[in-house]
Amino acid sequence: MQERAKALFMPRQDLIGFAVLALILIVILPLVLDVFRLNLVGKYLTYSFVALGLVLCWGYGGILSLGQGLFFGLGGYCMAMFLKLEASDPVSTKIQSTPGIPDFMDWNQITAIPWWWQPFNSLTLSLIVVVLVPTVFAFIISVAMFKRRVGGVYFAIITQALAAILTILIIGQQGYTGGVNGITDLRTLLGWDIRSDNAKLVLYFVNCILLFGCLLIAQFIRKNKLGRILVAMRDREERVRFSGYDVANFKIFVFCLAAAISSVGGAMFTLQVGFMSPSFVGIVPSIEMVIFCAVGGRLSILGAVYGSLLVNWAKTSFSESFPELWLFAMGALFIGVVMAFPNGLASLFLRYIEPYLPAWYHGKAKPVQPAEVLEKAPLTSTDTQPETATSKSTEKQSDETVPVNSLEGGVYVD
Amino acid sequence: MFDEYTMSELTSILAMQGFAGLILFSVLVLMALGLAIIFGQMGVINMAHGEFMILGAYVTYLTAKLFETYMPSLFDGYFFVAMGLAFLASFALGVLVEWCMIRFLFKRPLDTLLATWGLSLILQQLYRTIFGAREVGVTLPDWMMGSYALSETIEVPINGIFVMVLTLFISLCVYLLMFRSRWGKQVRAVVLNRPMAGAVGINTEKIDRYTFGIGCGVAGIAGSAFTMIGSTGPTSGQLYIVDTFLVVVFGGAQSLLGTIASAFTISQSQSTLEFFLSGSMAKVITLLLVVGILMLRPQGLFALKIRH
Repeated sequence: MQERAKALFMPRQDLIGFAVLALILIVILPLVLDVFRLNLVGKYLTYSFVALGLVLCWGYGGILSLGQGLFFGLGGYCMAMFLKLEASDPVSTKIQSTPGIPDFMDWNQITAIPWWWQPFNSLTLSLIVVVLVPTVFAFIISVAMFKRRVGGVYFAIITQALAAILTILIIGQQGYTGGVNGITDLRTLLGWDIRSDNAKLVLYFVNCILLFGCLLIAQFIRKNKLGRILVAMRDREERVRFSGYDVANFKIFVFCLAAAISSVGGAMFTLQVGFMSPSFVGIVPSIEMVIFCAVGGRLSILGAVYGSLLVNWAKTSFSESFPELWLFAMGALFIGVVMAFPNGLASLFLRYIEPYLPAWYHGKAKPVQPAEVLEKAPLTSTDTQPETATSKSTEKQSDETVPVNSLEGGVYVD
Repeated sequence: MFDEYTMSELTSILAMQGFAGLILFSVLVLMALGLAIIFGQMGVINMAHGEFMILGAYVTYLTAKLFETYMPSLFDGYFFVAMGLAFLASFALGVLVEWCMIRFLFKRPLDTLLATWGLSLILQQLYRTIFGAREVGVTLPDWMMGSYALSETIEVPINGIFVMVLTLFISLCVYLLMFRSRWGKQVRAVVLNRPMAGAVGINTEKIDRYTFGIGCGVAGIAGSAFTMIGSTGPTSGQLYIVDTFLVVVFGGAQSLLGTIASAFTISQSQSTLEFFLSGSMAKVITLLLVVGILMLRPQGLFALKIRH
């Protein structure tokens, strides 16, 4: 029974995938890279929290949110506010006209810390708020939208507008938020210098552990009944509704979860990079986060991590040497991913590499869950991929099952 | 708060503010009309719409430069030539884009969003490479400068009036094209039921291509009109894309009248609020109001009642 539960939660293939990722992130990268580069990787990994949230709510739930930067930013800002209050004690800010308040408030002639900054004096409260605020926000948005059955394109546009609103608000209320510059010059966490090499190393590992925690939660959901309902909802919402499920509640849950995961990423971003600014909140970063998820594969939770690592690594190395080329490359990436391989790197892996892996990888033959076959199948009808390639790969992956792909042709016809 | 103004001052402030709102309204309508055709009629999300607009603006800029250098005597009328060229350029690019990209993505609207976002990044970088990162402005012919005095305290800028007349004209054209022509009927048939429209002999591929092209062409005209009011930079298009989408969605995606009504509501509330609050707060409140109303009325102000 336990064996079976384990196989359901973490089949051998996934276990190996997790182990390989852990090996790369926790052993190989810290050994190979210096602290500066490792810190960069840590920064990329904070984006993969967001990408992971998008895999759950876009890939599985079919809800494309173009405002994930909102939650990333809120989490990051909550963390930054705590660190800023700690950094602006009366001693280190004694040259200001009002010592003891953050520098940007002093520049804007604000003499007292506003009430909504007060909770950030305590670390425990701040840590709670980091996750709570974005989640509550996501809850309000999603209840208002999904109970009214707003979905798809409309949801995407509205989340985008919300991200724009938050950016304008942050930039406009300079005295309370630091304006365009954001909250900068963060130094210590409870007296521990977060800018030292040692701290960067520790924070990198904390980041990895949190990431694996979130990955495990995602894996649990994916392999559970909840995950299958999500997939069913994505493909045929009406049918799930008529089967007696309240579709809105599932959507609300998955959207809030994605927001919570993103906010953890935002907080870790602030800790590792040492500042937070509106340029990580708005529309452009939010859409870039979607591409991290799409490049990795919108149905693969590990793909989200690889996607954000690869795209960001490419971005850094490209824009160091050819800043003009980067936007071209990024644009081409968007178009290429959507047109040529909608399921990202993960689909390439499943199609071209996995069938040739040795027997120990696949384990002993077991009946394939219908949900898994659906995941491996292309998201839509086969209009972008040649028919032959799809059916061939299905044969190779699941010899014993009926090719569920044959159902796919009918899925998107209304 | 009105104590420090006299009654006549207050009237003229309101009139001026109302007029500023009307100019904003015209610009929003021009931008949204193209999008209403592409998104409302075809269901394709074109995130590169702003870049098509900027293309129109740059074409206008080039035409102005051309007239200035080679035909200074005809400079007064360059604007009409420029608008035609802007339409043609955006139309051609639109048709090309539809042929290369959009036609493969009709069944996946969310993916058109990502792909066209990629296109917008490429176009932005292209503009930056060709025209430089700095904003460019055009020289207006003399008759468009200055303003027309309605009373002692109320003045109306002439280029504002021109933009309004242009908006009226283009809206009328789009209306006639979409709802009073054979071609418009075919477009709506294709949107409602693609296979059936094909079965009765409509060339759906051609209709799709030209619909997308015309939507982009209208965006080009909007960009051209835009140069009269502000300057153009490579990233200007991105600034307006969210506003434009909100206008279209708020009005009810498939209704042309709704687009105009929502542009009016948004621009008037924006310009009125701007008088009382700072510009950014006015924008925040306007956007929040729109989002709030959309939550109450997801189909927009003027939802088309059709049975799917």
